[in-house]
This record gives sequence, structure tokens and C-alpha cells, in this order.
Amino acid sequence: MPEPSMLKLSDLVTYYGQMMALKGVSLEVRQGEIVCLLGGNASGKSTTMKTILGLVRPREGSVEFEGNRIDRLATGEIVKRGISLVPEGRRIFGRMTVWENLAMGSYVRRADPKADIDHDMERVYSLFPRLKERLGQFAGTMSGGEQQMLAIGRALMARPRLLLMDEPSMGLSPVFVDQVFDIIKEINKQGTTILVVEQNAAVALSIANRGYVLQNGRIAAADTAAALLQADDVRRAYLGEE
Amino acid sequence: MTSPMADLLSILPQQLVFGLALGTVYGLIALGYTMVYGVLLMINFAHGEVFMIGAYIGWAVLAFLLNHAVGGLHPIWVLPVLLLPAMVICGVLGMTIERFAYRPLYLRGGSRLAPLISAFGASIFLQNAVMLTQGARMKVYMTNTLFPRTWRFDIFGVNVSVLLLVMIAVSMSLTWGLILLVQKTTLGRSIRAVSEDREMASVMGVSVGQVVGLTFFLGSALGGAAGVLVGLYYTQIDFVMGYSAGLKAFTAAVLGGIGNIKGAMVGGLLLGIIESVAVTFINPAFKDVVAFAVLILVLMFRPEGIFGETLSDRKKV
Repeated sequence: MPEPSMLKLSDLVTYYGQMMALKGVSLEVRQGEIVCLLGGNASGKSTTMKTILGLVRPREGSVEFEGNRIDRLATGEIVKRGISLVPEGRRIFGRMTVWENLAMGSYVRRADPKADIDHDMERVYSLFPRLKERLGQFAGTMSGGEQQMLAIGRALMARPRLLLMDEPSMGLSPVFVDQVFDIIKEINKQGTTILVVEQNAAVALSIANRGYVLQNGRIAAADTAAALLQADDVRRAYLGEE
Repeated sequence: MTSPMADLLSILPQQLVFGLALGTVYGLIALGYTMVYGVLLMINFAHGEVFMIGAYIGWAVLAFLLNHAVGGLHPIWVLPVLLLPAMVICGVLGMTIERFAYRPLYLRGGSRLAPLISAFGASIFLQNAVMLTQGARMKVYMTNTLFPRTWRFDIFGVNVSVLLLVMIAVSMSLTWGLILLVQKTTLGRSIRAVSEDREMASVMGVSVGQVVGLTFFLGSALGGAAGVLVGLYYTQIDFVMGYSAGLKAFTAAVLGGIGNIKGAMVGGLLLGIIESVAVTFINPAFKDVVAFAVLILVLMFRPEGIFGETLSDRKKV
């Protein structure tokens, strides 16, 4: 019995200026899953993420989250409903301290009792002990790996039910990549559904339940992660095998 | 008989105190430029006019109080009564300017020149609106009913008026209040987030439009307060006073490093002191020449200002 659909994109068409970036993308993420979105450069992965968050508006099609359409809502409202983003290239606030970055993450919950927010801060510290040591440090002075941890921590502070991750392994050393994916698994185990965009297909598929392959703004393949790992064209295109 | 140079040196301390007071007021106005630049990367050239309107509001309230001669106007309560309406009305005015003169342009994502030109338009509009409703002749602040000329005293041989000290105290505490707000509160964090990375700020759930509006409110309110202080000190105001004061404050903001709040205050102080010391030694008619020479020199040799971040550090918005 499959879990109910949490996020559902139907026939999304999104333009960047004159360029059609998404040409009818449909995909689905179910409660509790890790879903991986694969694709090369300019295949529409980041546009898909931005469309879900309302940073760009689809010209056609719809985005449903937990049964409600969200494709006309303001980004802030979408975040409030339980979707947060770990953006490509981390994009932490470099001129703020680590603590302030985490506090910005909980911005949508600023009316919540302080104890709740402190509790979530503790959760982030337990996932990333290193952040706790650096609370007062300016985020821009940290290493790439630490900034990635902060970007994930910051997104978790909104207490999302669905976490979008855009290229979490980009620019990280292999050791850090493994760490980051261990943490993604851990976050998922704690109850957060995850949609991850990756170029590093081998690692991403190894932790995902299902995957989609995006090519030129269209879904080219959709299957379980295990099946995609075996599929010849995926192996050729994303795993560097001939 | 003392030499002319010794004469000049003897009034130097006096000029320094005056420069300090002038500088804190420049700084107060400069905060408006620098904060707006921080969130929108544009220079709000209508800010000088907001300052001018603040001076008119303070003048109107003071005139009202005098006409309804309550008697015994004491600055302790009168000063807040002048400042508060000027700040609130100017704050709302600033938000209105942003809403109608800038937002329609920057939302369209066109050239960055468009809002700048619109700012000049807003500036001309406001000047003329004040001229048509208030007349072109200058208005006189009845300052000595509030701060009698005899309210002076000596510190370390420097003769200072109470008004000058009040100017310094008010500007400093407003600046300090703003710094606390920006550094320590959720509201302030949201302003900094928008100025650092607008798209990520909205991903955090910040409403960028609201933050921009709030930034205009804060900057314009401080500009309005500065208008009242300048009116009280110089006692004569007119509808073009915002032009040169605005340019001076803009110079101060650039000198300190535009986009940087502490820089605005430091730049203001420096400019005020440079200006007042310079007029000790050269003809006071050259006062503005000195200020704008500073602007040119800064732009030539250190365009990012004293505390400046270079523009390339900033994410493109």
C-alpha cells in the first residue's frame, strides 16, 4: 500500500524569459520517501525546485502539496506550509553568524514559543556538532563542508515536512559527500520527506527510494532507485560507464 | 597682539565641537541612503527632500505650540513632540515614495537607472509641492524660545551651547537605536538577509516587499529627525534645503562605505569635522567645495569607502 502523495507536479511548463525550461514535467513524491531527480546541466532540475518554491511561476500545470495547490502562493507562504530548500551552492548568509543563519531558518516560525525553536536548534546541533562549536563565527569564514552543514541546518529550522535539496554534494570532498548523504538518510529517518537533485547519481540513487531522470525539460525516465541504477542509459549518462 | 594664525587656532576647538554636531546630523541623514542602498542597490535621491519635509513638520509643530502659548515650553517635552510627528510622517512618506516611484520600476526588473531617474522626479515633485503649499520664502524656527541663547557653558575652555549637545545626543542615540535594531532583532536580521541575498531571504519566508518598505520607513524617519535638528540649529529653513544637505549626507555615506551602517555615522562625523575645520582656515564660502572635493577624492581613490565592502562581494540581485 503506497503512502499518499505529498508533492505532486502535473504537466509543469515554466519559462525563463523566452526560453522554455520545463516542457511538461510531472512527478510525485510520497510521504516518507527520498526521491532523487537526476539530470545534466540545463536539464531543468533547478528550475523544477524554483517552481515548487514559487520563485518562478509555471505558465501551465500545477503544483500540489498535501492535496492543496500551491503554485500561486508567495514563497513565504509555501515555506510556512512545510517545504524548505537547501539551495545549490549553499547560499548561507556569509555576513551573519552561524547562530543568526539558523535563526533566519526559523523565521517563518517566529511566533512559535522560544522553547520549541531552542529544541530544534538542539536537534541541528546533534546532527552537526561542529556547528555548535561555531555559533558566534561569521558563516562566510567557514569551509565549504561546514557551510553545507549550515545550509542543511538552516533549512531544518523551518521544521519542514518536505525538504528540497539542490546538489548537496557539489564542491565537497568525497569524505564530506558521504557524511552529507548519511545525514540526509538520518533526517529522512526522523520523518522528513526528501526530494534531492543530484549530478552525483551513484551516491544519490544509493540512498533514494525512487528517481526521475530529467532531460531537456522533460522526464525521460522514472523508476525505483534500484532499477535506475541498473538501467543502461542511466549508467552511461550519469555513472560514467561505457 | 596675537598673530592671525594663533587666533584661528584658538577657535579651532570650538569648530571641532561644531563639526562633531554637524557630522552626527550628516550621519543621521546618511543612514537613510545607506540602508536603502543595502536592500535595493539604489541611491534614493529623494531622501534629501524627506529631510526637508521633516524640518517643515518640526517648524509647524513648534509654531503651533507657540501660537497656543501654553507658556513654559521646556525642551525636555517639546523636543520629543517635535521629533515624533516629523519621524512618523517622514517614515510614511518614505514608504509612499518607494511604493509609487520605485517599486513599479524595480519589480519590472529593468535597468537600474530607471528608479534613479524616478528618484530625481520624486525629489523635484516634493520640492515643488512644498514650495506651492508653504511658499518660497524661508520659515523661521523660534529656537530661542526653546533653547535661549544664554544656555551655553564652558567645557575645557570650549564654549558650547546646550542645543549643540542636544543635537549630538539625539543623533547618536537614534543611530545607536538603529544599530541595535538591525543587529539584535528578528526584524533587523530580515533586513540584513534581504540585503545579502534577496532570493534566499524570501526562501526563509521573509516578505521582501515588506522589508524594503520597512527600510524606507526607518531611513526616512531618521532623515525627518535630522530635519528638525537642523531647523532648530540654523533656525531658517526653505524648500531647497534638502538638496545640499542630501548631497552632503550622500557624500558621508560614500565616505564611510555605502551599505554599511556604522560607516554612515563615521563618514558623517569625518565630513562634518573636515568641513568645519576647513572653514576655519579658508573662506567659509568654500565649505561646500571642501565637502564635494572629499566626495571626488573618495570616489577616485577608495570608491568602496572606509568600511566598504567591494561591490563584487555582493551577490547579484
